[in-house]
Amino acid sequence: MSNTSIQSKPDNVPKHKINWGRLEEAERFSEMVKLFRQGKINRDDFRRFRLQHGAYGSRMTDDYSMIRLKLPAGEVYSEQLEKIADLSEQFSIGSAHVSTRQNFQLHWVALEDVSEVLRGLAESGMTTREACGNSVRSIMCSPLAGVCPDEVFDPTPYAVGATKFLLRNPLCQALPRKFKINFTCCEKHGMARMVDIGLIPQQGEVNGKPQRGFKVFLGGGLGAQSFVGHQLEPFTSEDEVLYTIVSVIRIFDRLGNRENMARARMRYLVNEMGWEKFQNLVLKERAMIKMLLSVIIKLEVDKTVETMRKISISSEIPSVPQGYARWVKSNTFKQKQPGFSCVFLTLESGDVTSNQLRAIADIAREFTADGQIRNGFTQDMVFRWVRDEDLPRVYSKLLEVGLANPGALTMASVVGCSGTTSCNLALTNSHRLAKEVQRKFIELKIDEDDDLRNSTIKISGCPNSCGQHEIATIGFYGGGGRLGKDMYPLYTMSLGGRADETTTLGHTCTKVPAKRVIPTILKIVEIFKSDKKSGETLDLWVKRVIEGNGGPKIKSLDDIKELLKPVVIAPTKDQDEDFYADYGSDGSYHTKTGRGECAA
Amino acid sequence: MCGLSKEKTTRVTVDADKLRSEIRDKSVKVLDIRKEDDYKQGHIPGAINLPLASLLADDSPDKVLQFAQSFGIGDETPVVVYDDTFGALASRVAWTLEYIGHEDVSLLDITYGTWKKLGLETSSDTPSTVKTNHSLKLQPQILATSDSLVPAKEKGAILVDNRERLNYLEQHIPGAINIPYRMLASGQNILRPKEDLRRLIQNRNITPESEIITYCGSVGTLSGLGYYALKSLGMDNVKLYVRSFKEWKSLEKPIEKQKDANYWDLSAE
Repeated sequence: MSNTSIQSKPDNVPKHKINWGRLEEAERFSEMVKLFRQGKINRDDFRRFRLQHGAYGSRMTDDYSMIRLKLPAGEVYSEQLEKIADLSEQFSIGSAHVSTRQNFQLHWVALEDVSEVLRGLAESGMTTREACGNSVRSIMCSPLAGVCPDEVFDPTPYAVGATKFLLRNPLCQALPRKFKINFTCCEKHGMARMVDIGLIPQQGEVNGKPQRGFKVFLGGGLGAQSFVGHQLEPFTSEDEVLYTIVSVIRIFDRLGNRENMARARMRYLVNEMGWEKFQNLVLKERAMIKMLLSVIIKLEVDKTVETMRKISISSEIPSVPQGYARWVKSNTFKQKQPGFSCVFLTLESGDVTSNQLRAIADIAREFTADGQIRNGFTQDMVFRWVRDEDLPRVYSKLLEVGLANPGALTMASVVGCSGTTSCNLALTNSHRLAKEVQRKFIELKIDEDDDLRNSTIKISGCPNSCGQHEIATIGFYGGGGRLGKDMYPLYTMSLGGRADETTTLGHTCTKVPAKRVIPTILKIVEIFKSDKKSGETLDLWVKRVIEGNGGPKIKSLDDIKELLKPVVIAPTKDQDEDFYADYGSDGSYHTKTGRGECAA
Repeated sequence: MCGLSKEKTTRVTVDADKLRSEIRDKSVKVLDIRKEDDYKQGHIPGAINLPLASLLADDSPDKVLQFAQSFGIGDETPVVVYDDTFGALASRVAWTLEYIGHEDVSLLDITYGTWKKLGLETSSDTPSTVKTNHSLKLQPQILATSDSLVPAKEKGAILVDNRERLNYLEQHIPGAINIPYRMLASGQNILRPKEDLRRLIQNRNITPESEIITYCGSVGTLSGLGYYALKSLGMDNVKLYVRSFKEWKSLEKPIEKQKDANYWDLSAE
């Protein structure tokens, strides 16, 4: 506990270092919209252009866009958050959305205004370029990179370096399908096996000398059909990383399925070809590139050590606000650097208002030694480098703007894709459902239960996994159910998914009507509590049941399904009319979808 | 009657420095649209209080004329209006004066809150006013009514809804396009610089000579700001549907909406 009063104001607030934006791309976008409206460009060509610049169509209309920013490694600075807040208020709906891939999304922007948003973003060093479309999407990096006690080294500069090389690179402008790269800090905090290329830092040896490198995983991915990635080789040295990435992209570009959009992702190529063949191809391609390329390509890795700002520590001990202990337990993470913590914000389905963004920007200025914010992997935002002594003050500030909900790092924090709020493919309002589940679980103080701490709930509005339901302990994807002639929103529930070193896809258990999702999860918790071994957590119990080691009462998922039957039974419309309406809708449920744009 | 040359010289907004010098010259009447209590606590020196609610209680031309005359506003008196609500309430009052035929009316380009933040002088004295005469020359070409909307649209007029995006998606007058009032301001100014505004309008393929009708939720405040934003670009053929969507709905006229999407659930409000 520091009693010294170091009153140094954060005058040296860091600003963004890399300008990812290009003003001329905003101008070109505006010209292209005019040409499109005048009928001088056809719809498909325009769509391709639009997606390449980060603008999706919206549900049932192309007149509005969802603009997806590209935030490499999820890094964002206070001035940039303030810009996003302004742009959201002016051109979107006054709230921004944090995606599961560390980006912000601005919804329901008039197509005619997209260029203005791109202009504003470029003014603050941000871009949307290649955030959608058949390109290399934003390269992710664990929000704990650099502060995680289990990491070998900080992978952030590598994620940034890879983006520098690949963004706007002709190599990646017309791939068969989108391409995702994730860097993580350690085995536990990332999703290295669920993407096209996943990288985990590793220390190795080259010619007897210690060298940094990575475990590289290829061919993973979530979707209508999901696959877990394969490790390319025991150790990939940092000098080889860029050659490896380029080789994989080149093979995908050459051999990926351009005929069938539904099977175009690289994971299908790997699966159809067989891992060993694909692995050989990558190793050969890499050897060939190294021989044939006239220039040496290497990641531009900025290894300068960041000097942390001194931040204000007041000598007075703040009064501890109510709810602080609960919040600190479920929303903070001790860094490997003694005396510092990370603070995770519990958002609802990743939504955050413009005013909240401004408050977050202020808090980062005042309390974080690195002066930045990172978006996380679960629709959340993270302050790093907060002094432990300052946590009560940070909590108070968050409380003022409605951002102090507990549960961020527990099962109470639920992921929900955008669903029928904006997506053409959605069948259900997964976005709202995730909010409802989260509210209920915070009310029930689920976050305080250590047995549930490591488990996750993730919800997608259709089988296409944007909500990452397959890697959730309890995952749901939306569809439609029917009783007689009446339709109702119905989710398929899977259990036992995880994204760590024992990455597993969830096993389908049973179907759960939308309005029965909350009681179903509560029932699962009840079954677990009565069946678990001492000290066993929910995720481990589910794993044990799936692996066939369950018992005495619950031997398999079928036993769980059987116990859930009374909960998931559909009443008639006369008995319960509300059952037949989805969350956020008054009227009767019907499924309606438009053309998917991921697939354009 | 052709007031074109006059129209061209009338300014839509006035900046703080200009207004301060005009106040010193006593060549301008300043109207403060805020509530009486707020006004009493401090206002721009010399400003006369006209709370919007008082005006809206009866905004018939005769009543508005009475207000103007009692404030000592003559036909040629330059008037500057301000509020603390991003210029929307001030716009509604300015438009009303324009409608009864007062030509020289402008908006202060910042709000009272910004004026104070800039450390500019304030006063809590209530100025004395001398009643004067003002003629009544109604300007129907700047007014749109529920009956005139559809025929105007059929002849190519563009209907602009100045409410926020989610409200617009939920329901709007058929065929209206949406320019949320938040788009019109920038930084501390109630209106963006002209070149910015012009780009927003050009992006929508709206030409300067287009006929435009602005409307908003209930009494024509947000759309009043929309009206002046377009006027600031030199667009002359702009009308305010002053009774706005509230009246349109009460008349049970057709309404359009963006269907089959739960966009409200994206809001973190």
